[in-house]
Amino acid sequence: MRINLAVNGAEHALDVEPRTTLLDCLRDHLDLKGAHAGCEHGVCGACTVLVDGVAVRSCLMFAPQAEGVAITTIEGVTPGPGELSPIQDAFCETHGMQCGYCTPAMVLTAHALLADNPAPTREQIVEAISGNICRCTGYAQIVEAISLAAERMRGANRPSEPAR
Amino acid sequence: MKSAPFEYSRATSVDEACAMLAADENARVIAGGQTLVPMMAMRLARPARLVDIARITALSYIREDAGAVAIGATTRQCLVERDILVAAKLPLLARAIPFIGHAATRARGTVGGSLAHADPAAELALIAVTLDAVLSYRAANKTTDIPAREFFVGPMVTALPEGAMLTGVRLPVWSGEIGVGFHEVNARRSDFAFVSAAAQIERGNDGKAKRIAIGVGAATDCPIRLYAAEMQLTNTTLDAAKVKSAVIEALADIEPLEDLHATGAYRRRVAATLAARAVADAWAHAQEKTQRTTHAH
Repeated sequence: MRINLAVNGAEHALDVEPRTTLLDCLRDHLDLKGAHAGCEHGVCGACTVLVDGVAVRSCLMFAPQAEGVAITTIEGVTPGPGELSPIQDAFCETHGMQCGYCTPAMVLTAHALLADNPAPTREQIVEAISGNICRCTGYAQIVEAISLAAERMRGANRPSEPAR
Repeated sequence: MKSAPFEYSRATSVDEACAMLAADENARVIAGGQTLVPMMAMRLARPARLVDIARITALSYIREDAGAVAIGATTRQCLVERDILVAAKLPLLARAIPFIGHAATRARGTVGGSLAHADPAAELALIAVTLDAVLSYRAANKTTDIPAREFFVGPMVTALPEGAMLTGVRLPVWSGEIGVGFHEVNARRSDFAFVSAAAQIERGNDGKAKRIAIGVGAATDCPIRLYAAEMQLTNTTLDAAKVKSAVIEALADIEPLEDLHATGAYRRRVAATLAARAVADAWAHAQEKTQRTTHAH
């Protein structure tokens, strides 16, 4: 069937089978490989994307259900080509990743969290990423990354602080 | 983990959805899809057609309705989680909502979807049974009400007739000084519960429990009420030892679920512990509220 998807600010008209998940649609039809297929039944969180700014599992949505909403993938969070978002920067600095499989989903989950709550407690960060499984890091550096990003993003518009 | 092929239709009204369901006996309703899509991925469900009701805006609401709070079937769980009416009027529901899946599944999952699937471990089903909620469904232009305790028939089985769609649920609001408690045990945070327990208590002016509801989920085919314990404990001061023995007694006759994760004996034992804990929390919560009100006067 013919569907229209709004992904990372661009409109796409696509021909898909109704059973195509949003995840497969992003990866196979739009070549956005940042959304990762892990368990494909909603448990691991590796396929997380933002739907209207909120973290959801793209393996638990069929592509036709995603018509009319704004989808953001990891490819859509960078401010410009070759740049990283403050959250991505923080993940690099704190070594918030090892194999990288869960990382795009962790970063997007952090984006959704910080958009909603600019000053999360450690407990709130842990709760926010509780649906994203990481088998390498032990989560400590991921929590640290989100905390660091939150601190920087809160400070970003403070006029008294020197730029960079 | 790919679904079998199906046709997809999107309904914009309840009437249209009912007509689509009536026209195809292998059609199934999809709203948030957070239970149905994994079942389809694992091929535990193979509907020939999905009728998407998520865009029926008339079914997304939370409002007061004659001594109850009415919630529409397509209302997303994340909206209930943040709703001030729910927080003020349905404290037990507000307490239980964060236990449903993860934030990412609550962002899409709906109230009606969770109830209609009737997973034995579903928190919403447990709350509906504990609060004596009334569910409504529509089939062929006729709306029917059904009490929650009659709606849930078995694991993933409900009394919903073929071709019908759930339209909403009304959860009664209790008056007076209300306290609530909710507990569950699972392998990981936000994962399916092995056992869950909910309690809501109204504290009377005499310092005794005037009204009690105790529910246990995930332990049996569908959520249950511990009616015998409720009767035994009403109009008492909820002495901890009496609460424990009353819930153990009320759980003596259940037929607990048994699987790789938890044996029946384990579920029965944990059900008693969690039910007693939920009652203790609810009682402490009700006392706290009373004290606060007294100080305010």
